[in-house]
Parts: sequence; C-alpha cells; structure tokens
Amino acid sequence: MSTFWSIWIIVITAVTIAGCTWLLFATRKIEVSSEDIKDGEAPKTGHVYDGIEEYDNPLPTWWFNMYLGTVIFGVVYLVLYPGMGSYAGVLGWTQTGQWQEEVDAAEEKYAPVYAQYADMPVEELIANPDAIKMGRRLFNNNCSVCHGSDGRGSYGFPNLADSNWLYGGSAADIKASITHGRQGAMPAWSAVIGEEGVDNVAEYVFNISGREHDAAKSEKGAQVYTTYCAACHGADGTGMAAIGAPNLTDGVWLYGGSPSLVRHSIRNGRNGDMPAQADKLKAEKIHLLAGYVYNLSKNQ
Amino acid sequence: MKHEIVEKNIGLMIVLIVVAISFGGLAQVIPLFWQAETTEPIEGLKPLGAIALEGRDIYIKEGCHVCHTQMVRPFRAETERYGHYSVAGEHVYEHPFLWGSKRTGPDLARVGGRYSDDWHMAHLYNPRDVVPESNMPGFSWLFENTLTGEDTAAKMTALRIVGVPYTDEDIANAAVPFASGEVTEVDALVVYLQQLGTLLTRKR
Repeated sequence: MSTFWSIWIIVITAVTIAGCTWLLFATRKIEVSSEDIKDGEAPKTGHVYDGIEEYDNPLPTWWFNMYLGTVIFGVVYLVLYPGMGSYAGVLGWTQTGQWQEEVDAAEEKYAPVYAQYADMPVEELIANPDAIKMGRRLFNNNCSVCHGSDGRGSYGFPNLADSNWLYGGSAADIKASITHGRQGAMPAWSAVIGEEGVDNVAEYVFNISGREHDAAKSEKGAQVYTTYCAACHGADGTGMAAIGAPNLTDGVWLYGGSPSLVRHSIRNGRNGDMPAQADKLKAEKIHLLAGYVYNLSKNQ
Repeated sequence: MKHEIVEKNIGLMIVLIVVAISFGGLAQVIPLFWQAETTEPIEGLKPLGAIALEGRDIYIKEGCHVCHTQMVRPFRAETERYGHYSVAGEHVYEHPFLWGSKRTGPDLARVGGRYSDDWHMAHLYNPRDVVPESNMPGFSWLFENTLTGEDTAAKMTALRIVGVPYTDEDIANAAVPFASGEVTEVDALVVYLQQLGTLLTRKR
C-alpha cells in the first residue's frame, strides 16, 4: 500500500474515532442542576408531539459507558490487528498467516498417518484395513460423485468394482488413471460410414458379443469393422487397454447395450474423460485411492 | 439546541447523513480502487471467450449464484475441499462479480476441470442421476435452447468500457463460435464452469 493511501486511511480512521469521542463528551449532560428544576419539574427539551413532552435528562451511565467501551475496543483492536493503513499491528496477524498456521498444524498431525502407507506397494495396501478405510473416505469425498459411493459407476462412468477395465486393472494402471486422468476418444462415424454402415456394424458388434443379430447385416458390418474399427478395438473386438478402447465381446456396455444406444455410440462417438488428479490431490492420497480402488475390484 | 436546525431542514439532514456514513467507505472502499492486489489480474487471466461469456450470463440468468458461492475463503476446511483460496486478482474482469453469499450447494470457484463435461451435462439435466442426495433442481431446458451469439459483441463492448481488455478482433468474431446454430445453453454453461478457477492450483 502506498504511503498516501496509508496516511489517508489512518487520518480518516483516527478523525472518525476522535470525532465520535468528542461528540459523546461534547453533548453529554452530566446532571440536572437544581436551578433547572422549577416547581418540582425537571427541564424539558421543548419537543412536543401530540401533547407529549420530553424530559431533558442525562444519558443513563451504563449507556454512556457502553459507548465509551466501543471506542476503547476500537482503539485496542487497531493497535493489535492490521487496520491503520500499512501498519501491521502488534500481533503481526494476517489472514493468510492464520491459514498457513492451520495448514501446518494439520500437516504435522496427518503427514505421519499418510507417510506410513506411502512406501507400501498398492498391492499390499489391500491387506491393511486402516489404509482401505482411509481410501474409502478419500474415495467418497473425491470420486463417488461420478463413480458412485459404492464404486459401481453409472451410465458413462465406469464401474470400478468389477474385473472389467478400460485402461488395465493392475495397481500401476489404476494409479496412472487417477494421477494423469484418461481421455477416451471414439470419433463419430456417421459421416464416414453412413447410417447403413452404422446399422451394419452394430449388428456385427452384437454378433461378436454373442447376441441376437441380423446375419446379413453383420456380414456387411464385418468389412466396415475391419476397415474402421479394428485399429482400436482389435481384429477380434477385445479392445486395447493402452488407449482405453473397450472390449466389445464381453457384454459390458459403458454407454448402454441396447441396439439404439450402441448405434448412437457408433454414430456420434464417445469421449469419456477422467480428469487428472495429479495437480489436485497429494501423491500420498492418490496412493491410498489406488489401493482402495484396487481393493474394490479384488474383493468384489 | 442547534440540532433543531438539522431536524427541520430535511435537505441539510440528508447531506449530513451522507457525509457521516461516507467516512467508512472513504477509508475501507476507496483505497481499494488503487491497490495492485485488487485491480491487477493474476498471471494468465484472460477475458472470457465468447461461449464462456454467454455461459456466464446463463449462470446469472438461472440464478446459480443464489445457491453457489465463488469464493474459497482462507480456512483450511475450505482449501482442503475446494483448493487454493480465492484472490482478488482472479475477479478483476468480472462485472458484476459472482461471489454469492449463501452456500446451499458447494462453492464453485475452483470447479473447473474437476469433473468431465459429460458429468456436468448429466448433472445439469438431472442432478440426482449422479448425486442421489442432491437437492439441486434440474435444468433440462438448457439442453433445448440454442444460442445465436447476436448480443455477444455488444456484451464484450460493454465490458470493454469498464476495463475488460477485449480486442477489436474478439468483438468482431464474437458471433463466430455460434455460427453452427448448435451451441446450446448448456454447452455454454459447461464451457464457463470448466474454466472457473483453473489458474491457481493447490494440492489438497
């Protein structure tokens, strides 16, 4: 803060406090002198409202002292805490300083709790009930909004409590998914293969997943599949974990398995997006979360 | 006494009241107009793009700020939940600011990038589809209304008058992102939400 504004604030504040105090004393009436009492009546202010008059008595002492108290409180406060321009106050208190103290105190308390699990491999965490309990709380706070409080996901949000994984289910894969996020990118195919192509390739997908299908359409769809789909979903349709291309043969449908929804996925594409947590959550928390999610799939 | 003069001249009384109450503002408000902390943008802060700007107006139109704040206070309990506390420099391009004053729902100052676009879509359509205990209303009509961008340039011009550094190019191209006619209100709102508070990060 520049000197000018500092002085500006100090002057206005000091003048205001001094002015209020002056006003208090200048207008104070200590007592009603006996000379003013006429015919046993205390003097009046001269105000008359509908015949009702007002005595000109002094302020009650408690009221006066309370007013004085607020002035004293104000002065003491401005000595202890920042308020007078750039003067920092005797206590040296700052808003961010108080926050930092809180954070440091919590860090001291919780750092050892996290530290005991930080070096434990994720595979071993699942044998440790305390670690899993901490992981569950972290999961409920940070992950359940999409994946559900039981981790079973919902439409468009993967189920973490089964053995079916888009990007691999090893401890390292799970941790990488949480840390760096995952960006699935299935392009929209309607412009490339047309509505007939969409229809045919959908039938082919039903075929390889062992569902009821139209054999003639499926046969046509197979050619489309080989040309456009096999690169990601694999020649046999079992997917590719490296890019999160789902297995089409296992009967698990993230975006719904009804014929119309499968056609919708092919027509318009799907872009599943798991946000990266690396710059949001501390590494030791991600570690425990990986342990919890790994545990969900192992102990389903 | 002399206060009879004040009491019987209402014009004088108004002037004196204004003088009396202005002392607080003079000391507490006026100096902030000249502080670097409150007037200079933080590093990397840019004016909202055309779609995000329209999204912000939908945020206002639907009254999101009535139930959601955009102000992470410097308490550990808040920074543990939301991330870095809010600083004044993040809000210098906001006219009006949307800090809000009541949290029926969570603070949104750092919601950007926290959830996927798909999640926001699902949540705005019917919050209970993704958060069963939510009491937020659904905003299904946002999915039907499309934006034309016809007023975006005028909005940018108005914001430029109050100090938001939109360039002539920004204003000239304001309607371009809406040209397809397929930008719905919810698209714009999600674009706005996804950029909120992403400049300052702090690991929780």
